[in-house]
Amino acid sequence: MKSALQINNEHLKELEDEAIFVMREVAAQFEKKVILFSGGKDSIVLVHLAKKAFWPARMPFSLLHIDTGHNFEETITFRDDLARELNVELLVRYVQDSIDDGRVSEEKGINASRNKAQSVTLLDAIEELNIDVAIGGGRRDEEKARAKERFFSHRNEFGHWDPKNQRPELWNIFNGRKNVGEHFRVFPISNWTELDVWQYILNEKIKLPSLYYSHRRLVFKRNDVYLAWAPFMQLKPTEEVFEADVRCRTIGDITCTGVSLSEANTLEQVISEIAATRVTERGGRYDDRRSEAAMEDRKKVGYF
Amino acid sequence: MNNNGNNNKSLLRFTTAGSVDDGKSTLIGRLLYDSKSIFEDQMDHIRESSKRLGREEVDLSLLTDGLRAEREQGITIDVAYRYFATPARKFIIADTPGHIQYTRNMVTGASTANLAVILIDARKGVVEQTVRHTYISSLLRINHIVFCINKMDMVSFDENRFLTIRAELELLVRKLGIEDAHYIPISAKYGDNVVDPSINMSWYTGMTFLKLIETIDIKHDFLNSAARLPVQTVVLPQSEEYHDYRGYAGRVAGGSFKPGDEITVLPSLLKSKIQSITVFEKSIDIAATGESVTLTLEDQIDISRGDLIAGEGEMPLSGQDIMMMLCWFNERPLRPGARYLVRNNTHETSCIIRSINYRMNIDTLEKEASTESLKMNDIANISIRTSRPIFYDPYIKNRITGSLIIIDEATNETMAAGMIE
Ligand SMILES: Nc1nc2c(ncn2[C@@H]2O[C@H](COP(=O)(O)OP(=O)(O)O)[C@@H](O)[C@H]2O)c(=O)[nH]1
Repeated sequence: MKSALQINNEHLKELEDEAIFVMREVAAQFEKKVILFSGGKDSIVLVHLAKKAFWPARMPFSLLHIDTGHNFEETITFRDDLARELNVELLVRYVQDSIDDGRVSEEKGINASRNKAQSVTLLDAIEELNIDVAIGGGRRDEEKARAKERFFSHRNEFGHWDPKNQRPELWNIFNGRKNVGEHFRVFPISNWTELDVWQYILNEKIKLPSLYYSHRRLVFKRNDVYLAWAPFMQLKPTEEVFEADVRCRTIGDITCTGVSLSEANTLEQVISEIAATRVTERGGRYDDRRSEAAMEDRKKVGYF
Repeated sequence: MNNNGNNNKSLLRFTTAGSVDDGKSTLIGRLLYDSKSIFEDQMDHIRESSKRLGREEVDLSLLTDGLRAEREQGITIDVAYRYFATPARKFIIADTPGHIQYTRNMVTGASTANLAVILIDARKGVVEQTVRHTYISSLLRINHIVFCINKMDMVSFDENRFLTIRAELELLVRKLGIEDAHYIPISAKYGDNVVDPSINMSWYTGMTFLKLIETIDIKHDFLNSAARLPVQTVVLPQSEEYHDYRGYAGRVAGGSFKPGDEITVLPSLLKSKIQSITVFEKSIDIAATGESVTLTLEDQIDISRGDLIAGEGEMPLSGQDIMMMLCWFNERPLRPGARYLVRNNTHETSCIIRSINYRMNIDTLEKEASTESLKMNDIANISIRTSRPIFYDPYIKNRITGSLIIIDEATNETMAAGMIE
């Protein structure tokens, strides 16, 4: 297995140029603009790119966090610090509020997750705040259904995505025109792979929450995936909670974020592990496994 | 990462085309598999799916099969992007389907590609679709075309069969004026000449497919064009520290810019000199094609989004009567007299369709005159009149400043892609 650090990564410059181009198109074509900020590495990279794109001016975006309430505590501190440092507006909307208002019902049972409910809270936030563009960290390599996603993804007045009715995207011309009530999701790092993101973080010395590095935590194993344990999670009788050295591959809702057993304490070590790994990032994300078309179904109803 | 003005082409974008069942998905699957870009969980999925579909062997084509509707129909219907990397290069594949009705997808995929891969079934040879795909690749000015003569295992790896097809393709290539064409006999299913050289075709001494796309030189594709920067947005910090700062942000669309260069702004034709070029906090000595930069100028002149900054040398063209090759994307037909929005670079204005000069029959490459309207997937030469002048280079000189899209103002849909003559 080749070492990740040996891989030629000059292509990152071109990916960065492309992402910055997209960010600037967003700035010029929309009114109320937010970056969907989950605290995960992809959204941290987005914020970094936005900072670069508009320097020495402040980025013309607010950060929007759709809080499931099932967070890793550190993510919240990290988020607040970042918003303060960049002097950008931080908007937080809570899935719990949508549940309390009866807008969604809480999933029950063993695999209960608030991932689906998040879509409702997000769409409500978009409507409430008159957001016409939400910038997300989605990448086409993450999952089959994303492979056809556009950079500028049009959502109708219900916030829905129609995979059969997308605008063709030619050259570098992005058509962000829309009617009242419609909005766009924009994915500046569409063409990046997981490894690209990690190498970029290394090259640019971007600070990440320490959850991405090896740490000790209570975990359990479900269908070959290690999951972080939290007090509100239901276990099957056969499942046992134990302590292990792990790092997170993605950070989102704690209930469906897989962790990897790992001793990696530095970015270089993390990257070496990722380059050698034979499982995709989303393979460690429990919610995508529930059905093969899971992602596509969620996307159609307005998922990130 | 360096900024010495040479484009570091460690990223290659290519598009794949072929008729249904020529083996496109299998080729891509094979590439990903043999270059070890497939993860275990993806492989597990494919094994399971292959079994469920009753396939005898693991079907690598399932790897590139995307949305549910397609899985049900068993066909690919849109542009899907795939990624893989080798120590030599990173690749972005725009995978486009081969049906008649999806010319628009191929045009879309081709618009950003450096190279086109066209598959041919060795049993069938050159068919109408081959002509069509080669034509579209040349129309979109993809400089490098690789013809993969696939399923060589089904013609007993016969060299003569390959040579016959190759000769026919060479005629086509000459007719279309394609500069750089390659021909490789492969078996996507068994891997011959894809990643590893074929032991069944020792008569073929050229590069394997992977070797070719790893080494092909695309740097020259970006040289020789005049310096262009379409302005995306004006950076106004409005802070104490940067009180008088005005930066013009954009991505270099041709040639290169250096501090001190004299520039002209279109449409105002005002001139100034470049004071600085920055990428974030860093000042750079040269901004090459493809780089996203911010320029500051020595004079305070009025520049806004949609303007085009041109460097020294050849000036962009400017005008209101524009002739172009166009691919129509929408079910509602195009008719002379209709009004639309037109966007080239970051500039938008209205236009009226004046005439359809001829329609291209993309199977026979004949020009058909007297066409009253264009249907979805038609390719034609048309003339428009814009309400304000647009500034451009001919598409053959610059794929970015020479391209445009046509938008329906009522529905906001992208109706067509145009390549200015
Ligand atoms: N014998 C043979 N069969 C092939 C080869 N390449 C593809 N096929 C088969 O041809 C069929 C169509 O291939 P597929 O990749 O799905 O074609 P696509 O429609 O162009 O994507 C499948 O059954 C493949 O297994 C090849 O090189 N040799």
